[in-house]
Amino acid sequence: MVEMTYRDAIKTTLVEEMDRDPSVLLLGEDIGIYQGTFRITEGLLERYGPKRVIDTPISELGFIGAAIGMAMLGLRPVVEVMTWNFSLPAADQILQNAAKVRYFSGGQVDVPMVIRGPNGAGVQLSAQHSQSFESFYGHFPGLKVAAPATPADAKGLLRTAIRGRDPVIFLEHAALYGTRGRVPDGDHAVPFGRATVVRAGSDATVVAYSRMLHLALAAAERLAQDGIECEVVDVRTLRPLDVETIAASVRATHRAVVVQEQWKPYGAAAEITAAIYEHCFDDLDAPVERVTGEDVPAPYARNLELLAFANEEKIVEAVRRVTA
Amino acid sequence: MRQLDQTLSAELLLDWYRTMVLVRRFEEQTERSFRRGKIGGYLHVYTGQEAVATGFLAALRPDDIYFTGYRDHAHALVRGTDPGAVMAELYGKATGVCKGKGGSMHLFDVERGFYGGYGIVGGHIPLAVGAAYTLRYRDTDRVCLCFLGDGAVNCGAFHEAANLAGLWGREGLCPVVFVIENNQYAMGTSVERSSAVRHLARRFDAYDIPNEQCDGMDVIAVYEAARRIVDDVRRTGRPYGIEAITYRFAGHGAADLFQPYRDRKEIEAWKARDPIVLLEQRLRGQGALDDQKVDEIGAWADRVVEEAVTFAEASPQPPPEELYTDVYGD
Ligand SMILES: Cc1ncc(C[n+]2csc(CCOP(=O)(O)OP(=O)(O)O)c2C)c(N)n1
Repeated sequence: MVEMTYRDAIKTTLVEEMDRDPSVLLLGEDIGIYQGTFRITEGLLERYGPKRVIDTPISELGFIGAAIGMAMLGLRPVVEVMTWNFSLPAADQILQNAAKVRYFSGGQVDVPMVIRGPNGAGVQLSAQHSQSFESFYGHFPGLKVAAPATPADAKGLLRTAIRGRDPVIFLEHAALYGTRGRVPDGDHAVPFGRATVVRAGSDATVVAYSRMLHLALAAAERLAQDGIECEVVDVRTLRPLDVETIAASVRATHRAVVVQEQWKPYGAAAEITAAIYEHCFDDLDAPVERVTGEDVPAPYARNLELLAFANEEKIVEAVRRVTA
Repeated sequence: MRQLDQTLSAELLLDWYRTMVLVRRFEEQTERSFRRGKIGGYLHVYTGQEAVATGFLAALRPDDIYFTGYRDHAHALVRGTDPGAVMAELYGKATGVCKGKGGSMHLFDVERGFYGGYGIVGGHIPLAVGAAYTLRYRDTDRVCLCFLGDGAVNCGAFHEAANLAGLWGREGLCPVVFVIENNQYAMGTSVERSSAVRHLARRFDAYDIPNEQCDGMDVIAVYEAARRIVDDVRRTGRPYGIEAITYRFAGHGAADLFQPYRDRKEIEAWKARDPIVLLEQRLRGQGALDDQKVDEIGAWADRVVEEAVTFAEASPQPPPEELYTDVYGD
């Protein structure tokens, strides 16, 4: 075990995988000479050279499409999107090609690639730069979607993503890059589709992921002072989704709150909530609550922005309602 | 038709002739099968353009690879993919090249280097560029062909991919040949009405990619250009763009029957340069083909197509479990 930041966990994994396997290479805007917008790729151009650390033009459609072609030919490209907001010009490539060539080719090709970068709310970045894509990409079969909350999971899930045979949407959170945590040494890998119980409790289950996990844990601490013990489950990957672990927790606590940073309609929280009803209807002692952001584009003004996203207070209130 | 290259044997030309006749008869059959409701979805046939796929794919080595759009039956057949498996795919059968999961627009035959047909106009072009990079990353001298339509050059994907190819090509890392199949129309929109620059090959000038046009009705002209370009790209690792001027005789898709966007006279004028007839005349002039041989080859192609249909008809539908396979690799 060694303590490191979420950022270093990602970077270390890239280095370990690139050292291990020459078919792993990186592409993205300003990942080389500029050293990476969030410094994930600092020093990697020097270490691996321009053939493996490719600075691309502002051309998301082009280079993500090219990475798909590389993956189809057996390379393992890891693409950095400067932020997930800029993945939209490439959505055609990701949704129409990466997600589907295996299927419509009748299984003739693998697409072993990772697209990674910061997702979610920023600070006063307003509507175009402060949004989440897990629900959007999570909708499409053929893609896998991971959203690690801790350095250990960032490392373990990224390793699994790089070594796998499928295209992975790897959603980091800009607000987590500086957070620290203990990370297992060596070939630490976290399988996809395994949620984890991060905090044990008997009164209610709080389901979260990415940055929201930390708000859920903080809310649980506050509620514990009033004698309400929350079990907090980190789903870690949204596709595949580990319904079993979530359901097992809800069967024990009989109450559930599902947290997601942004928009409620058609979202990941809706999916998880529906799964709880499908699997635990008879076990529930209260309707499942969803804690989400408000249904508006992100505002710029700081006071409005603070109202716009899910927060600790909203989680506390929701848990109080389901346990009342 | 061009002066015959001495190195092109009559045997080789006859081979191309057979291939082109097979493609023509195959496509005529797919239209009939579509009308009978045997083939579903969209169906885009290749009649008129046979010389382009034939000439270009003839210039490839067996280990080279290629991508194309949705008008893709010929690109599979020319390279030797089993016509029965192609027809079965169109019929949505388990024995199809993609187990009935791709259909007309998404044929694949990775074993023969065919990395697929794609239904979104322009969407496959970046894939070909990445694939080409990979061939050099792996230190091979293999090349990648990317067929695209005249409509596709107006897509952002074309421009982003061409720019990347130009950049990566500087280091000798992008052995891709972009083949614009300019059949004059994107559905009902003519090149004149869709492209500010009608000389489509010149689009590549913007990305420092050498380029040229060729007569896409003349398989020898196509092949000679293809051969020279493919050899050059193989040697340099730099991309190349070529526009083959051709024409599609049929409607855009099998449902496009009335074709208000073009008149009969235009179609007839192009049919006077039917690539199969042009080659036939050439071979007759050489004494390599006569009435009897033409009939024989026609009968052979009909038989192959008929067998393909019989195979497709007799093949089972994919089993229901197949719905869930091939979504993920692990
Ligand atoms: C992005 C996109 N827009 C529109 C379509 C519908 N569409 C299918 S084929 C086609 C025309 C394309 O023409 P071209 O690229 O010249 O190919 P051709 O049909 O001539 O072979 C159109 C508009 C599509 N498939 N994809």
